[in-house]
Amino acid sequence: MELKGRAWKLGADVDTDAIIPARYLTTSDPDELAAHCMEDAEPSFPVGFKAGDIFVAGKNFGCGSSREHAPIAIKAAGVSCVIARTFARIFYRNAFNIGLPIFESPEAAEDVRDGDELAVDADTGTIKNLTTGRIYKSAPAPPFMQEIIAAGGLINYVSAKLK
Amino acid sequence: MPMTITEKILAAHAGREQVVPGELINARVDLVLGNDITAPVAIREFDKIGAAVVFDLERVALVPDHFTPNKDIKSAEQSKIMRDFARKHKIVNYFEVGCMGIEHCLLPEQGLVGPGDLVIGADSHTCTYGALGAFSTGMGSTDIAAAMALGEIWLKVPESIKFVFEGELKPWVSGKDLILYIIGQIGVDGALYKAMEFTGSTIENLSIDGRFSMCNMAVEAGAKNGIVPPDEITRSYVEGRCRRPYKFYQSDPDAAYAKIYRYDTSKIEPQVAFPHLPENSRAVSEAGIVEIDQSVIGSCTNGRIEDLRAAAKVLKGKKVHKNVRPIIFPGTQEIYLQALAEGLIETFIRAGAAVSTPTCGPCLGGHMGILADGERCIATTNRNFVGRMGHPGSEVYLSNPAVAAASAILGRIAGPWEVE
Ligand code: SF4
Repeated sequence: MELKGRAWKLGADVDTDAIIPARYLTTSDPDELAAHCMEDAEPSFPVGFKAGDIFVAGKNFGCGSSREHAPIAIKAAGVSCVIARTFARIFYRNAFNIGLPIFESPEAAEDVRDGDELAVDADTGTIKNLTTGRIYKSAPAPPFMQEIIAAGGLINYVSAKLK
Repeated sequence: MPMTITEKILAAHAGREQVVPGELINARVDLVLGNDITAPVAIREFDKIGAAVVFDLERVALVPDHFTPNKDIKSAEQSKIMRDFARKHKIVNYFEVGCMGIEHCLLPEQGLVGPGDLVIGADSHTCTYGALGAFSTGMGSTDIAAAMALGEIWLKVPESIKFVFEGELKPWVSGKDLILYIIGQIGVDGALYKAMEFTGSTIENLSIDGRFSMCNMAVEAGAKNGIVPPDEITRSYVEGRCRRPYKFYQSDPDAAYAKIYRYDTSKIEPQVAFPHLPENSRAVSEAGIVEIDQSVIGSCTNGRIEDLRAAAKVLKGKKVHKNVRPIIFPGTQEIYLQALAEGLIETFIRAGAAVSTPTCGPCLGGHMGILADGERCIATTNRNFVGRMGHPGSEVYLSNPAVAAASAILGRIAGPWEVE
């Protein structure tokens, strides 16, 4: 599967309160959450954004709370994937569990500029920068995580196990 | 092969002799936790799995604490989803508003967590229970849904980092200051994916409440769990309280650590973390003049009886500054009752502080003390991210309860020694 979109460059330590402020956690409706995704941190975001866009962030993306509302909001906002130098661990799990593709790539996090067009091969983790022609690698998901993805998320994986 | 305490607990729950860092394991869980924000999402996913029942009626804990007593219609609807689920599934450990508390104060107090346990919760500060020598970690709602159905969860065995504190605590220095100091040294991802093990003579003498504060903030360094080797202090807390048999695990002397940090405790002063990351900590004596509008004392980090005592010691017989709104939140109803019996609540109210029923409240910008644009708050909570306590233009400074109390009196960030 190829994911294609425009890069939104974000900084380091983007926390879950920045991704979806707690004042909106009185709902778990993906569309309502998406409407407020990143609004404090990136005021231009809810306006200037096109479906398919890609977040490219520094270290420790998604640090802070365990709210699954964070990856849900990003996914429902139409972001096709998140690339970061590193991810906070709970966010990392949550993203796999709800089916938001994420890629750890220090090279891409360093080199990609805001607005670059990217194409990501989700199976191999290869990231192509269509604007500059550069290619970056990302660490492949551990085999067990790939099993979860193949099953279509953790819930399907568990259902199958219960049967 | 030698193992750390974290590795031993994980091995025991995976039914193995041995685990090594980096390995993925399936582990049995002793308790699964959800709250009024995360449980509704978990329940939606649980229903999709098609499991008829939860794996064990006594090993699921549901705590409405974030937006409760419910602040508006939407939050009431979320709580209702959890309450209905608890009734339908006959969940034993559902805590209604009159007997509730902030989850991470409540579960240990109620004896639901013991040494050697493996606990997961859909809340990042689930790592708090490491103070009892348990392995506990936060996850998302979908993971919790899977665990509620199966009673087991996949985990990656973390590498451990050892933090050794030797020496005596200076006056007014608490567990909170030690953990703020560590995060200041190693940064908010300084222990990413790792287990933080706290040891040394300082920790051996640290109260159980101080240990809870330290393990609570392990996630603020990116860690998977924080843990204190259990000892007599642990035993005196859990004896007669724990509802299940428990087991003390200890790290082998020659266990492998990714890193070992050593600190001379006698050099550490009370800390304050400046906006907007917990790693921006420095000594209170170096804070300069920072005027504040609000002082929040409570939360799962510092809402326990020892914290309230520290605040009351500073506030006793004093009046708070006319420009400051102090808000004090006991962590649970039991702690509230204890504070009443000791006269602490009266001390707070006479000093001019507001005292609230237990709730997460302002800690996450939920309700009961939201900040306006440009306002500053000193808080004994654990996060000072942009907008954490209200308007994105507000600021949160993290400290221990005595510092937050002294600051409330002087109207600026201050050490308790300044009001003695
Ligand atoms: S008190 Fe604050 S940090 Fe603790 S569980 Fe509640 S919202 Fe989270």
